[in-house]
Amino acid sequence: MNETIGYIFIGIGLLFDFFGCLGLVRLPDLYNRLQASTKCVTFGTCGVMLGVFFIYGFTGVGIKAILCAGFLLLTAPVSAHAIARGAHIRGFKLWEKSVCDKYEEDNL
Amino acid sequence: MRVLRWFLGLILFAGLMVLNFTVEMSVLLRILNPLIICCFLCLWRVGFGPTPADRVVAIDILGILIIGFCGILAVFTKKDFFIDIAIAWALQSFIGTIALAKFLEGKSFDE
Repeated sequence: MNETIGYIFIGIGLLFDFFGCLGLVRLPDLYNRLQASTKCVTFGTCGVMLGVFFIYGFTGVGIKAILCAGFLLLTAPVSAHAIARGAHIRGFKLWEKSVCDKYEEDNL
Repeated sequence: MRVLRWFLGLILFAGLMVLNFTVEMSVLLRILNPLIICCFLCLWRVGFGPTPADRVVAIDILGILIIGFCGILAVFTKKDFFIDIAIAWALQSFIGTIALAKFLEGKSFDE
């Protein structure tokens, strides 16, 4: 039973990974690409790690997998925010059909 | 033209899915194939990205995908050390992405 739940989680994680990378290739803008590809982390790789935890249970490998998932959940938004802030400070333009730019308005 | 490109992509996606489940290969390779395709998409964005920030994003996501690789390999080969590789790779990827983002702002590394 636990193994079935784990394989289902791994499958959902692979699907999220694929759609995140599709967004990374297809979307028009740096910030849109960043927003789509961060979905790779939150349920893609964390889903795979959760599946590993469900398959192994509370053994050494399972605890390490849940530790790795928690570490990813802590660090991935930080690195995404750092990339977006750096790119905005450097002055990379938004897509021309973008509606608003709150960060620019706040820093005037 | 736009509809034609969408349709071509859909046919390509469906064909790859059918090939993945009909061609004779091992179960591990059947599960790893989508991740390999994802890695090639990320490498395409690294190579042809219009701005440097696109390349940084793609390198970040490539590291995340390799962590997923290590998790799946740990399940299907029954070897424990792949999870250790995954944790170490997560740490290294985070530090590298922060350093590249700092470099993207136009500052040097020790500021």
